[in-house]
Amino acid sequence: MNFADFIDRTLNFDDYGLLLPLVSNSLIAGAALGIVGGLIGIFIMMRDMAFAVHGIAELSFAGAAFALLIGVDVVTGSVAGSLIAALVLGVLGTRAKDRNSITGVLMPFGLGLGILFLSLYEGRSANKFGLLTGQIVAVDDVQLGGMLALCAVVVLALILIWRPLTFASVDPVLANARGVRTGGLSIIFMVILALAVAVAIQVVGALLVLALLITPAAAALRISSNPALTVILAIVFAEISVLGGILLALAGSLPISPYVTTISFVIYLVCRGVEALRSPRKHQV
Amino acid sequence: MSTSPIVTFDAATLAFGSRVLWQELNLQVRPGEFLAVLGPNGSGKTSFINTMLGTTALNSGTVSIAGAPVRRGSNLVGLIPQQRPFGDNVPLRARDLVALGVDGNRPGIRIARKAVHTKVDQLLELVGASAYADRPVSDLSGGEQQRLRAAQALAGDPRVLLCDEPLLSLDLHHQQAISQVIHRQAAQHGAAVIFVTHEINPILPYVDRVLYLAEGKFHLGSVDEVMQSSVLSRLYGAPVEVLRVNGRIVVVSGDGQRQLPPDGHEHAEDATRESGK
Repeated sequence: MNFADFIDRTLNFDDYGLLLPLVSNSLIAGAALGIVGGLIGIFIMMRDMAFAVHGIAELSFAGAAFALLIGVDVVTGSVAGSLIAALVLGVLGTRAKDRNSITGVLMPFGLGLGILFLSLYEGRSANKFGLLTGQIVAVDDVQLGGMLALCAVVVLALILIWRPLTFASVDPVLANARGVRTGGLSIIFMVILALAVAVAIQVVGALLVLALLITPAAAALRISSNPALTVILAIVFAEISVLGGILLALAGSLPISPYVTTISFVIYLVCRGVEALRSPRKHQV
Repeated sequence: MSTSPIVTFDAATLAFGSRVLWQELNLQVRPGEFLAVLGPNGSGKTSFINTMLGTTALNSGTVSIAGAPVRRGSNLVGLIPQQRPFGDNVPLRARDLVALGVDGNRPGIRIARKAVHTKVDQLLELVGASAYADRPVSDLSGGEQQRLRAAQALAGDPRVLLCDEPLLSLDLHHQQAISQVIHRQAAQHGAAVIFVTHEINPILPYVDRVLYLAEGKFHLGSVDEVMQSSVLSRLYGAPVEVLRVNGRIVVVSGDGQRQLPPDGHEHAEDATRESGK
């Protein structure tokens, strides 16, 4: 494939006006996911849980693959898978060190299960690939309703526990002494995280979940320490990545995930650059 | 100032499995009193603090604060923990950290932003941290962070201020500043201070009584009563010598070869700092 072909396949705006209405559901789902990714990403970063998110995503993938195999709703399957993973991590991995090793054990098992279920599945192969790398191009109204409901649950739950969760995440010793139920909160957070991962998988696929749940928040944290501003920036970055990714993907014949991940990665690089220009002092230490 | 005790331990025993940290502890701390708690690592100093926070339960006996059993999260109690670095991924400025000390245990998001902002400004002023109120906490030095910890602990105007090695790894300047802030809470607000430390010298001017924990035993008394060769030797079951040099207390092991911090616990860093001052 030469460069002209590459451009033709990745960016081709010929039928753009015709294609746009087809993805309106996807855009709505993506916008909701952007809010979720920005909000929860900040807590994932504070709690140092990026790797755990990846582990949950693989088990969520296994759950979705199983649902595909037995012919039930894929979103339900991925929610079930990620809930199981999150609860295992929440109960066994209260300390970061334990959590990392448990994630490392759980992740390949989940991926292996997922591959097993997909091998046994005899339906459309696009469905298979979609679980790993994203399949948002065709979100029907029923699926959209389910995804929006899940996003709403995640956002509402986060708002309800926002302050104590922040306290428990940055300063568990003091939070505990001040009467915050840090153990209970961390289980609740794992459940919320599981739901967020399950939704994100529908959009960007299991392998690329981090691009929406981690990268925007990580980028925001590079350029601000103001708690309200970091949240707003993380949401804006996530929205640009997911909506921009969907709109650009229309102009090509590729899945949306490479567009989403590329945009979010570029945003991260720009933020690191801004940080380096602003405070070179920090990087000398 | 009231003379009825604010903290009361009655026949309190704490053990982890078969290892008894301390037993039959009877202790009354009065408002305004400054109690130093010393002892080697593993002697149950932090657990002692935790029993008053309600995060560790006694095996037998009782501990009460202001006449009522200890309740976790009580506003009567403030905690200044050991200095611990914050990661790079903490989206908080100095004022946000202190604000968590004010209302971080409440559910939801902060609605009364203005009231909290004013309160935080007062607390920052109190501990001399106003100059870096808007700097990210991850950029601050250990000493600057500990001032914020003190501000957090003072947020509820506590009747009991629990300090768990708050001066560890700080430079002399910050050690003095933070000890003074703590002392002021005792002297001006009548709070009882319970101060766990390896190093009694920075707080020597303020200490009323010493509780020394070692080898499952304890000794309680004034500085002069406790920091004696005979008392510490008995607690350790080994010869220990307590020397006074220029108003400072130095503890050395019985053979005179090694110098120990006043808690008798060996710590290379402490020993060098001790001789370097």
